[in-house]
Amino acid sequence: MTPNGWIQIALYCAVVLALVKPLGAYMTRVFEGERTLLTPVLGPFERGLYRIAGIDARQEQTWLGYAGAMVLFNAAGFVLLYAILRLQAGLPLNPAEQAAVAPDLAFNTSTSFVTNTNWQSYGGETTLSYLSQMLGLTHQNFVSAASGIAVAVALIRGFSRASTRTLGSFWVDTTRATLYVLLPLCVVLALFYVSQGMPQTLAPSIEATTLEGGKQTIAVGPVASQVAIKMLGTNGGGFFNANAAHPFENPTALANFVQMVTIFAIGAAFTNVFGRMVGDERQGWAILAAMGVLFLVGVAVTYWAEASAGGVLSNLGLSGGNMEGKETRFGIAASALFAVVTTAASCGAVNAMHDSFTALGGLVPLVNMQLGEVIVGGVGAGLYGMLIFVIVAIFVAGLMVGRTPEYLGKKIEAKEVKMAMLGILCLPLAMLGFTALATVLPAGLAGPANAGPHGFSEILYAYTSAAANNGSAFGGLTANTLFYNTTLAVAMLVGRFFIKIPALAIAGSLAAKKTVPASSGTFPTHGGLFVGLLVGVVLIIGGLTFFPSLALGPIVEHFAAVAGQTFATGG
Amino acid sequence: MLNQLRPALVLLVALTAITGLAYPLAVTGLAGAIFPGKAAGSPVERDGRIVGSALIGQSFTGEGSFHGRPSATTAADPADASKTVPSPYNASNSAGSNLGPTSAALAERVKGDLDALKAERPGVPVPVDLVTASGSGLDPDISPEAALFQVPRVAKARNLPEDRVRALVTSRIEGRTLGLIGEPRVNVLALNLALDEIARR
Repeated sequence: MTPNGWIQIALYCAVVLALVKPLGAYMTRVFEGERTLLTPVLGPFERGLYRIAGIDARQEQTWLGYAGAMVLFNAAGFVLLYAILRLQAGLPLNPAEQAAVAPDLAFNTSTSFVTNTNWQSYGGETTLSYLSQMLGLTHQNFVSAASGIAVAVALIRGFSRASTRTLGSFWVDTTRATLYVLLPLCVVLALFYVSQGMPQTLAPSIEATTLEGGKQTIAVGPVASQVAIKMLGTNGGGFFNANAAHPFENPTALANFVQMVTIFAIGAAFTNVFGRMVGDERQGWAILAAMGVLFLVGVAVTYWAEASAGGVLSNLGLSGGNMEGKETRFGIAASALFAVVTTAASCGAVNAMHDSFTALGGLVPLVNMQLGEVIVGGVGAGLYGMLIFVIVAIFVAGLMVGRTPEYLGKKIEAKEVKMAMLGILCLPLAMLGFTALATVLPAGLAGPANAGPHGFSEILYAYTSAAANNGSAFGGLTANTLFYNTTLAVAMLVGRFFIKIPALAIAGSLAAKKTVPASSGTFPTHGGLFVGLLVGVVLIIGGLTFFPSLALGPIVEHFAAVAGQTFATGG
Repeated sequence: MLNQLRPALVLLVALTAITGLAYPLAVTGLAGAIFPGKAAGSPVERDGRIVGSALIGQSFTGEGSFHGRPSATTAADPADASKTVPSPYNASNSAGSNLGPTSAALAERVKGDLDALKAERPGVPVPVDLVTASGSGLDPDISPEAALFQVPRVAKARNLPEDRVRALVTSRIEGRTLGLIGEPRVNVLALNLALDEIARR
């Protein structure tokens, strides 16, 4: 670990924090339907869109109507993306003449992008045409993120409103998230990325003759426009197979820094949107503080583990940290930080290969996802995930003092707690259930590239990443098979909709309640005690659920590495 | 539910057209006008021929060249398309090794490279980036230490004084952005091109 490494980490935190208030204020105006800087340009366009679609912007939906619209919209998006992938061979903008994507891979990839997971069973440059990347993936990067934002906004309205049945309009929230928040920022970011060296072209690959006389075919494409939304929308699906480790997808250390900032920007600012909409910004800061504590612990552990190498490299007497799978321009600190950021949010882009991280360095990304990505989290998804934990924390606090729990003036009753537990329990069911299945079936055991406990970690990481809608991988796993493509896609669907729909049900139930004024018996939810309780609840639920699986994978591997043990495949 | 079908389909088509076509095409047009070289992938030309990209590493094996980092990229086996064979710096199929911290294959690979480098410079510590594969397999850079490590070999093969080659390496070191962000590095292709320039003069 170097002082410079810590300065980079501190600088990162400072920039993200500085963005919380301005971005939070802007997004609040957008979702409250107020005038913004962009209204003169986008307003007429937005109204025209509603007219053609037959949407009355003032007509609000109940929680069921809101959930139905979301499911319908996502289902239609899935069908469109699946069709594009299957038909890409006959569609334009296919200079590398990629063949149609196989049915199981197309199913997996479509599910993956509609659920904002962006798991890469596909190898970008070897599988997809430019049209599939743009019309298919870039598009879903926007709208899957927008629909996550919409659900979070609806849940916030559940807290901020009283005695009403409606939560807003899914159509309006999704459209406004796309047009006012994501798109303008992406245009600026994409041009910045090109200035750093990221390609943005429809021309075919560059054919070069290297200095030693060899042939090198260099894949290019419309990269920058996709990377901008891939990060900002916490999608994470790469244009290239190596994702953000690829020099074209992440050309400079500065581009890397900006990418990391944009992964957290919207998620962190959403805590401020929450505070503003419920009328007390301190409530938002308290939630961000709980996220921040968990984040900093993760960064410290990963940075320490990667800088001290361990395993094969240390045993050969090499110093300088674990550079296997990392790029020179980023080094140890920026790679470790990226790994924690991308799994704390539900991004899943990687600028270094997590599979080659040390045992404990790889444990942190795994834990981040198992906790449900509530540390800042995906755009929208992080906030509604954390609010579900808040309900459990408030419930626990209520049990301790024997009082009906309240949060922000709303009584938390059996229905809310049941829905919260449904969301919390579905994640481990998909993560651990499928992992268990894959470790006993031959089709599952064919996947891992590494032997010993690391092979188990590869499987566990895959289902954890899929159910958490993250999309990063221990990339050694051969996942482009019928078994993995199908089971991973099911895990993604469970992880997305079995949280979103309970979150909306909670919102509907809360919105219908009256607001009770705070009394002397009300537990204050903006102070250190509440932050500590929330962190404790997240860690206890996560720890109780996942510790055995972690002990079988990264923890036992750590002790094997310290003892100098190695594992050979096929032996 | 049926009355929701029209908004769902119209919004889907409209947002697809905006975010999937208009946005990437507008950015392509703007980027090509403002940063034409970078938007095209930063191709590097010498004598009118494209020799690579400034951002993409390529394979160097000669004694008189600076070498990049090990690359784990593969290509389809020409004899059997269902298999792959190692193909370092294959810029149409980026990949890392994905070998874990207790992998016997990793231990064997690193030890082989390490022994060769130790034989080249006995007693000098080997920079870790020279024996570890990059994440993309296309890393264009090595650390300044890794470049300086190779100076005696390159100078000898090229019949140049070591000081001259060392000075060239030092002049090619790119520092951290704003002195803070990222790590110092040397672009291997640019360094080898500069080395060739000395020979041509």
